[in-house]
Amino acid sequence: MTGLNFADVMQLAIIGLAQGSLYSLIAIGLVLIYKATEQINFAQSEFMMLGAFFGFQFIVLWGMPFWLGFLLAIAVLGGIGYTYDALVIRRMTGQPVFVVFILTLATGIVLRALAGMFWGFDSFSLPSMMPGTIDLTGVIIGWDHVIAILAAALLSLALFLFFRFSRVGIAMQALSLNQLAAFYMGMPVKRLTSSIWALAAMFGALAGLLLGPIALVSTQIGFIGFKAFAGAIVGGFGSIPGAVLGCLLIGFAEPFFDTAFPTLKGVGAYVIMFAVLLVRPQGLLSQMHQKKV
Amino acid sequence: MFNTPIWGPAMTDLLKLENVETFYGRVMAIRGVSLSVLEGKIVSIMGSNGAGKTTILKTISGALDPFKGSIKLDGNEISSQDPDVVARMGVAHVPEGREVFSLLSVRDNLMLGAYCRRDRGAVQQDFEKVLGWFPDLRSFIDKQAAYLSGGQQQMLALGRAFMQKPRLMLLDEPSLGLSPRLIGEIFDIIKHINREEGVTMLLVEQNAAVALETCDFGYVMETGRIVMEGDRDRLLASENIQEFYLGVKDEGVREERRWKGKKTWR
Ligand SMILES: Nc1ncnc2c1ncn2[C@@H]1O[C@H](COP(=O)(O)OP(=O)(O)OP(=O)(O)O)[C@@H](O)[C@H]1O
Ligand SMILES: [Mg+2]
Repeated sequence: MTGLNFADVMQLAIIGLAQGSLYSLIAIGLVLIYKATEQINFAQSEFMMLGAFFGFQFIVLWGMPFWLGFLLAIAVLGGIGYTYDALVIRRMTGQPVFVVFILTLATGIVLRALAGMFWGFDSFSLPSMMPGTIDLTGVIIGWDHVIAILAAALLSLALFLFFRFSRVGIAMQALSLNQLAAFYMGMPVKRLTSSIWALAAMFGALAGLLLGPIALVSTQIGFIGFKAFAGAIVGGFGSIPGAVLGCLLIGFAEPFFDTAFPTLKGVGAYVIMFAVLLVRPQGLLSQMHQKKV
Repeated sequence: MFNTPIWGPAMTDLLKLENVETFYGRVMAIRGVSLSVLEGKIVSIMGSNGAGKTTILKTISGALDPFKGSIKLDGNEISSQDPDVVARMGVAHVPEGREVFSLLSVRDNLMLGAYCRRDRGAVQQDFEKVLGWFPDLRSFIDKQAAYLSGGQQQMLALGRAFMQKPRLMLLDEPSLGLSPRLIGEIFDIIKHINREEGVTMLLVEQNAAVALETCDFGYVMETGRIVMEGDRDRLLASENIQEFYLGVKDEGVREERRWKGKKTWR
């Protein structure tokens, strides 16, 4: 750690925050689904992977304008998330939680294989939203990193406002709090739940599309989803601000950890998770009121 | 000469159950219940713990599917519909234990009752009506529902159901855990909603005194069956009801009661 000057530290910090921002986009999807249905979606990382692959298909292979391909990829994943819940997960209502757990895990494996079939198992990179670098008083940072941070911050804020003020957002909160009461109010609970899956998949897709220019995209990209899990758990699974915070913390600490312990590269996220859970088993921001049931 | 009036509002069943059976797994909780609720009336179902009162309401509102039998709302079969569909057909279920949205504000809770309504102006009027009936709710309007007392949560659940603009309300033990004074207040509003707003009520109660005071017609349930029915006066006059549900005892002839041996009247 001795060789780090101020500029190096800043650079690692921003890269780490960018990485943490991407984890948080994935984790938001996990927590949305968990809060709404008490189910855990192990295919969330594969939603991210598919987001990147569809972006690659539309922008690189089909030569669509960047923004069109970008938004279309997100929309396609929204459709996939919605349909997956409507056709598969919804039927599992009343089954033990581990059934859905294994089902989504299996879905992730199948999606990875399918993606490999269509797009191959090689790595590729996505075009950048804004190529080039920015000079922050001596610290040279790629725009892609800055955009990842800004996009995650903006979307977290948008999501907060959506849940706080929009009619549909409040209804989604209501069904997360008490599904049966939501049914009794006449809310279209099934459609709303599928919409939450759509939202989760879209957040995953966005993470994939933002990650594409930073890291190489391949069918193995989904493994960073585990770090999003670690971040969500650090934050107190079930709280969106907690998940964002936990992911930022893990992302931020990771590059420093990797620099300090090069031989343990990649396990920093889990070491942090372990450390936080030893001190606060409920996570950093666990919900004050526990849900009934 | 005429049994039914040929002018004036027709007396029709808003809700009609025929031979309904409901199971929890292999346990039969409702054993062939038939009942009807006339439009505009308050009908009560009385019975002790575990009689099946909550189960019958859940079966009507679609939270449970009956194994057998028919449930008709205004002549339409609703027994296999999802609860949100039944709710949108005009049935508001005020569940046992209130089930308010704990982390949402009182305002959001009330407005969620009106989630499926499009008549914005009328929604606003109904909102004001509810706050007029329950001034407590007005003073907590932007607080989370979790901070309300049990009685205030009952008011919220009732107000939220009214915001649905229902034709039929299913009330599951609104008196549960409330002080006699508060019970009086809440039942006054229930009667008001029935008379002034024209909402038909199916009221489930263990508290037979309150139920009989409020209802036009009543049923008594025991272990999944209806064991007695009648209009309010008949039930009030019934000795069974007097002794077992109202706690009135006629010491002298008590031992001779023939029904004493009946298994259902434990
Ligand atoms: N989820 C369940 N699973 C299995 N059995 C149940 C379930 N809920 C209720 N029962 C059983 O069904 C029967 C009827 O229960 P129900 O809740 O309808 O009674 P109730 O009349 O509402 O009683 P209370 O006055 O205590 O609320 C009881 O014997 C109860 O044990
Ligand atoms: Mg009950």
